[in-house]
Amino acid sequence: MFEQNYNFAFLDEASKREIRRATLKAIAIPGYQVPFASRELPIGRGWGTGGLQLTLSLVGKEDVLKVIDQGSDDSVNAVSIRRLVEDTTGIRTTESTEEASIIQTRHRTPDHPLRNDQIMVYQVPKPEPLRDVEPSETATARMHGEMDYSPMWLALYENIVKYGNMARGADYPVMINKRYLMAPSPIPRWDNPKFHYAGFLSLFGAGREKKIYAIPPFTHVESLHFDDYPFEIENFDGASCIDCGSANGFLQVIPAKGGTWIHRCSDTAFCLARRNASLKNAEVQA
Amino acid sequence: MAYVTVTGGQTAIQEAEKYVKYMRIGQAETILDLNAVQGQLRLLIDKVMSEGGLYAPDEAALALKQSEGDVMEAAFLLRAYRSTLPRTHVTSTIEPDDMRVIRRISSSFRELPGGQMLGPTVDYTHRLLRFSLRKESTSDVQEFLEQYLPNIAPAHTVTSMPKVVELLREQGMMEAKLADVDEEPFDITRERISYPAPRSARMQMLARGETGAMCALAYSSMRGYGIVHPTIGELRVGYVSMYVPHPFAPEDPDRALYIGEMLVTEVESINNFKQSNEGKPVMVLGYGLTIGQNELKAISMAILERSLDTVGTSPAQDEEFVLTHIDCVESSGFVSHLKMPHYVTFQSEIDRISQSQAHYDSKDKTSSIAKDAVTEGAMEHV
Amino acid sequence: MEHLQININDFDDELSPFDGIDHTLTWKDEPLLKVRRLNKKYGSGCMLCESEHGMSEKVNRCPNCATVWAMRNVSFDLYPGEILGIVGESGSGKSTLVKSLYFDEVVDQGEAYLQAYEKQDTNIFELSNQQKRFVRNHLMGMVYQNPLLGLRMNVSSSGNIAEKLLAADHRHVGFMRARASELLNQVEIPISRMDEAPKRFSGGMQQRVQISKALANRPPLLLLDEVTTGLDLSVQAKVLDLIRRLQRQLGVAMLVVSHDLGVIRMLADRTMVMRNGRVIEQGMTDQILEDPQHAYTQLLVHSLL
Repeated sequence: MFEQNYNFAFLDEASKREIRRATLKAIAIPGYQVPFASRELPIGRGWGTGGLQLTLSLVGKEDVLKVIDQGSDDSVNAVSIRRLVEDTTGIRTTESTEEASIIQTRHRTPDHPLRNDQIMVYQVPKPEPLRDVEPSETATARMHGEMDYSPMWLALYENIVKYGNMARGADYPVMINKRYLMAPSPIPRWDNPKFHYAGFLSLFGAGREKKIYAIPPFTHVESLHFDDYPFEIENFDGASCIDCGSANGFLQVIPAKGGTWIHRCSDTAFCLARRNASLKNAEVQA
Repeated sequence: MAYVTVTGGQTAIQEAEKYVKYMRIGQAETILDLNAVQGQLRLLIDKVMSEGGLYAPDEAALALKQSEGDVMEAAFLLRAYRSTLPRTHVTSTIEPDDMRVIRRISSSFRELPGGQMLGPTVDYTHRLLRFSLRKESTSDVQEFLEQYLPNIAPAHTVTSMPKVVELLREQGMMEAKLADVDEEPFDITRERISYPAPRSARMQMLARGETGAMCALAYSSMRGYGIVHPTIGELRVGYVSMYVPHPFAPEDPDRALYIGEMLVTEVESINNFKQSNEGKPVMVLGYGLTIGQNELKAISMAILERSLDTVGTSPAQDEEFVLTHIDCVESSGFVSHLKMPHYVTFQSEIDRISQSQAHYDSKDKTSSIAKDAVTEGAMEHV
Repeated sequence: MEHLQININDFDDELSPFDGIDHTLTWKDEPLLKVRRLNKKYGSGCMLCESEHGMSEKVNRCPNCATVWAMRNVSFDLYPGEILGIVGESGSGKSTLVKSLYFDEVVDQGEAYLQAYEKQDTNIFELSNQQKRFVRNHLMGMVYQNPLLGLRMNVSSSGNIAEKLLAADHRHVGFMRARASELLNQVEIPISRMDEAPKRFSGGMQQRVQISKALANRPPLLLLDEVTTGLDLSVQAKVLDLIRRLQRQLGVAMLVVSHDLGVIRMLADRTMVMRNGRVIEQGMTDQILEDPQHAYTQLLVHSLL
């Protein structure tokens, strides 16, 4: 694909170092958005350049990378990012959650439990959780500084009055370490509880908005909720995956004829592992 | 063992790439020559370089060919290419006063020292499709050049013309020049801009901004959403010389090394004295400078640069609004990212709407219960 | 909305998080608010106007350097449960005074101490931004002349009140709705309209929602800036009645700014007269109105009567 010799992991070393410094700062201040000089990359701004810059600054020759989009390794965007990293580093990539040392993702955390030595890299379109209630960057910086989050709470209160629930789908805001309000990127609410005191490191990169932030291992992470209106994850009414039969992973729904829905695992690696395991079982028994 | 694997995406992308290649050259009779692109689509090249933030005519031509003429895509290709280039030198400050001018007009004075110089412009050419261009041949070009070249004076470009605003300054009507600031300029390619932005960052964002977006915002200011509606003191197009400080004598300007010249468009606009802040009323300068010949963008930049220093509630007066929304790579990237799958977020949304719809239905039935216990008394309409 | 209708009595006091106010203090004899030598100027100031008696009290603009003095050495005490009226013509500095106390304006010099605050010996103007927000949310309520400044017009009325409660770390929707109903009831807004946005309300209703929002966290001090200006006379009377009644019910101290001596007469226990940024006279309201000492106050009173 590349007709020229680019540096290992595309970016020059000085750029990678600058990104790593910002990352270290982000880990030191959990949930705080650290500005960084986002580089233009060969993929579109808004198409995962933040996550990709984190990945490129982190990978070494020993690393094994997994890239997912919507939980799927085979989504065209995931394939494109994986191919770019392969082409510019030559490192090994994988579709298995267990094998990976770094997992770059858009919109999901894998349903397979993660180990403490794995790093999650999230692609973030809108890093500012307060942007919906306050358009100005200057104002939101002040609000974070003073921990002035009542406009966000007010928005949730108004939704309850109007809709009877918090009426926020994905990208549901979380409080990190009881200090910073943070956008977990547009993952489903289903994935929010996975952050709470998790053993793995989560890094968030927003390329267009030029911010990096992090949840270090073993950090208190709380999804916003009221005492009498608890935080709720998505409800599938007991449905299970049509392919592997799992009811323990996040399901994606597919509209079927006659107004019904078909359910299928959103995490394709999780689903595959289950299906292959049952195939193996069947073989052993035969 | 018949293990299940997933491979569809990879194949789809490869097929898409082939299809694009077919669309680009599959039906072409002649392959587009990069020299032709660079030589005959000059203004397009200039636009790509200016929005890409890289003066690289060869690469700009290649980017345009590769992107099938999509300007934003081509500018993006240049930007991505630029991220991989190490920066080895920084030039000395360029001096547009010493520009080798090929075009210079002023709409403030009919006659001025140095004179007006129309230069290459289609401003006064009638916009009629010239069907004869369909059959333009190299011999036509030869013939034209033989007639044209001997008749133009060798000095069809001029260096060092006095600036119109300087003449006004001498008359005491123009605000004083900003004092030279001896500090390292902000670098938007290496630091994240925050607001309020330093002037150097603001000028860089504008200089790299997208022509169409800047034109729209500048237009909004002139129409009344804002207060800037300038007179063009001077618009000049020409070549500026680039020097790199001598590595062993960086402080000595005389030993700086000449590395070439670059075509730029510079606009100095003159704005109403009512915009001057305090003290004696004076006319106020607006400044625009862009790579290549891109007069629309340079004028828009001069308007926006001035507008951002005025106080008001219009979009063109809001620094954060203007600077964050004029970058073509960022705006086009984010708008087009909607094409990516959003299955998960949409799924989450579906979950919420079912709940909210249920709430809505139950609310209808119980609305009579929600009647308040308090007397709806005399003060209701107070 | 049945699920949202909850009685305030269902919630005991333990529901309220620590509010930073020492309720056990009895400071009846101590001033609630001590304000000392507040100064606010627009301009650089010069030798002439900076000096103590350099500028005549007849002007607020320095004849030498054109600096405008919005407040000049303003000092006073406000006692718990008291209503202090501040009267003066426009440009006298009375609005600047209350806005400064609410941190909407930045003072150049001066001190103010709040007895109800845990840091009662700290000048409130030297607090951090976060502490200032605490004081604004817990210890003071502000009612602006222009309801646009005090209300979010597109958010429901109960939401406007909830905003204050949320800022005080309340996180129970049922409690907040109960408190909002109680407050709106007090200002006679029908509870059936609690989830309507104030933009749909009349001017008088908006002012009443503003008052209930300002009272949300039971502050000991309420600042009222020309709250009835611009309302119809009959509406004015009703709003003033309401303020008076609330003051008696809740025992909240008030600073009432008005250019209208009628408002001052009706509400204020004591009155302070301001002119050109200075306090020129203060005393019991009856005494100020019946027997003004300062020539300017006499002029003001007589022009009305």
